[in-house]
Amino acid sequence: MAADATSGIVFAPKTLGVRVRRVARRLRRLPLIPVFILMVLVVCGITAPWISPEDPVNGDLSDRVLPPFWEGAKYFPKTVVEERAIGQGYREVEIGSNDFEEAVAAEESLAIKEGRPVREIGLGDQLLVKTRDGGGARFFLGTDQLGRDILSRLFHGARISLIVAAITLGVGGAIGSFMGLLSGYYGGWVDELIMRLVDIVLSIPILLVTLVLVASLGASFELIVAVLSLLLWPLFARVTRGEVLQLKNMDYIALARVSGASGLRIMIVHLFPGVFNTLIIIATLNVGVVILVEASLSFLGAGVPPPTPAWGSMVADGRDHLADSWWISTMPGLAIALTVISLNLFGDWLRDTLDPRLRQLN
Amino acid sequence: MQRFLVRRLFITILTLLAVSVIIFALARAAGDPRYLLLSRQADVAHWDALGEKLGLDKSYIHQYGIFIKDLVQGDFGDSIVERRPVIDVIRDRIRPTVELGLAALLWSTMVGVPLGILGAVRRDGIFDRIGKFIALIGQSAPPFWLGIMLIFFFAVRLEWLPPSGREDPKSIVLPAITLGWWFVAVNMRLIRSAMLDVLDSEYIKLARAKGASERSIIWKHALKNAVIPALTFAGISLGSMVTGAVVVEIVFAWPGLGRLAVDSMLRSDYPLLQGVVIIFTLLYLMSALLVDILYAYIDPRIRYA
Repeated sequence: MAADATSGIVFAPKTLGVRVRRVARRLRRLPLIPVFILMVLVVCGITAPWISPEDPVNGDLSDRVLPPFWEGAKYFPKTVVEERAIGQGYREVEIGSNDFEEAVAAEESLAIKEGRPVREIGLGDQLLVKTRDGGGARFFLGTDQLGRDILSRLFHGARISLIVAAITLGVGGAIGSFMGLLSGYYGGWVDELIMRLVDIVLSIPILLVTLVLVASLGASFELIVAVLSLLLWPLFARVTRGEVLQLKNMDYIALARVSGASGLRIMIVHLFPGVFNTLIIIATLNVGVVILVEASLSFLGAGVPPPTPAWGSMVADGRDHLADSWWISTMPGLAIALTVISLNLFGDWLRDTLDPRLRQLN
Repeated sequence: MQRFLVRRLFITILTLLAVSVIIFALARAAGDPRYLLLSRQADVAHWDALGEKLGLDKSYIHQYGIFIKDLVQGDFGDSIVERRPVIDVIRDRIRPTVELGLAALLWSTMVGVPLGILGAVRRDGIFDRIGKFIALIGQSAPPFWLGIMLIFFFAVRLEWLPPSGREDPKSIVLPAITLGWWFVAVNMRLIRSAMLDVLDSEYIKLARAKGASERSIIWKHALKNAVIPALTFAGISLGSMVTGAVVVEIVFAWPGLGRLAVDSMLRSDYPLLQGVVIIFTLLYLMSALLVDILYAYIDPRIRYA
């Protein structure tokens, strides 16, 4: 061990072993399960067109509302809500839903059990209905009300969410960081103007304005991307500005200025790399937000228009079938929740690892 | 203090202007309203007369001026679907939305604040764990899905509560829980971390040293200071609650402003949608402003920052 006699401080030589151990120490706290979930999500999203077992858009109506593979056929009672004569002494009864394999008269089976004659079924009587068997190997997570395979739609929905998140964070991040650089570097009225703009955009109720946009321009993929980018850029602008304010007083910036670098060059070549780490963290922490907002808009019918399988609109599809076919809404909702939980945990980890100062920004 | 308030008011007014310009521009981009208002047999004279009445023959700046003047006077035009003044339609829908918002605020405070305190006082205790679980769901599960799952369990399976509508007084329970869940999570986290900070401060140590009881330290000394960050957040959250209400009202078929907004979007009832969005924006901005003022009043540090 080499001791420095004048200061009494011991320096350990930075060997490869030390470096590896340092990286390993950081990785030890890596949230494994979230990272695994995110990796599965990304892989499924990218390869969706090839790994999807079925067509996500066109289903066969004869396959509609098949339960997931583990669900067997179930019997449950339904009340007769309507009675119609269909001629020749026959009558038809309506039970308010036709998503069943067969309807068994509860009265009939009871009568047979008790060994008495069967009574006619009428209005208000209970019928025992049988749901269809689970989807088995072909429809792993079941099908929706139009007979489309939910698993395939989930894969394609992941693809949509990822594409939307990537584009909006790219566009919003680019605009936001450029605005932040301008605002932080030039200061004065430029700063005042941009920051007031940021305040205004942040206080516009974006969801409501989006409804107006959809009503007048029609729902489209481009519109969603534009709206979400608009929602995101102020966050990037604020954070970039804060970082630039600290960086711009450093000597290397003064030296660059003295050596005749233009403002644009200083911002892009000298300041931007300094804020890049922070921008990555902000982007990661907001992927979840983008996915949630996109899902909410799709749920309201203001998102990516159907029949494109977006997670939010899949949840909306299942709303009316909740009583008989719980899986239609549950599966995409679980996908969103799992994704966002994983993103939040991963984002927190990334923030703590790369930049502990940002902890307060939450 | 005054400078802070003036600045906040300035931003609020600019935001209102920005929203009104967007809505005005979109209304014109959506096409000539005469196509909707006039029948196909209308002749040129009718067409021109209505154009004059609506001010479509004037410049865009002039039209915008008329638009703003009408808004200030509360004249939003007539709903295309309901065939009566927009302002009347809206008036019927404000109450349910405000009720829902207040109920959600109540539950998020009643649950979030105590859980935050208990979590800070006994770290990693049972309440801390419950709180963390609630927070995890609140921050990750999309509210519309949470609502649907609550309907599934409590209305469809257990049949304890009505799944939708507003006829039964019990029917507010599920939508309020759904809307408030996210705020429970945030409230709890804020109170917890603020309490942890405060409990570590010098004056709490002094209170302990002079022999104050643990109960009075937590409730009298610490809580008062820990509540401030949660209050700031209430300002921001009131605004998000207005937005969240849109989604939750759709899930639970709650007859409020949010559902009106989405319905009129789907039916292309442009005048109605425009009116709802403006009223909603106004509610949103006013509540945020109100809480900001309240906050500046309570915490002097904000006034001078």
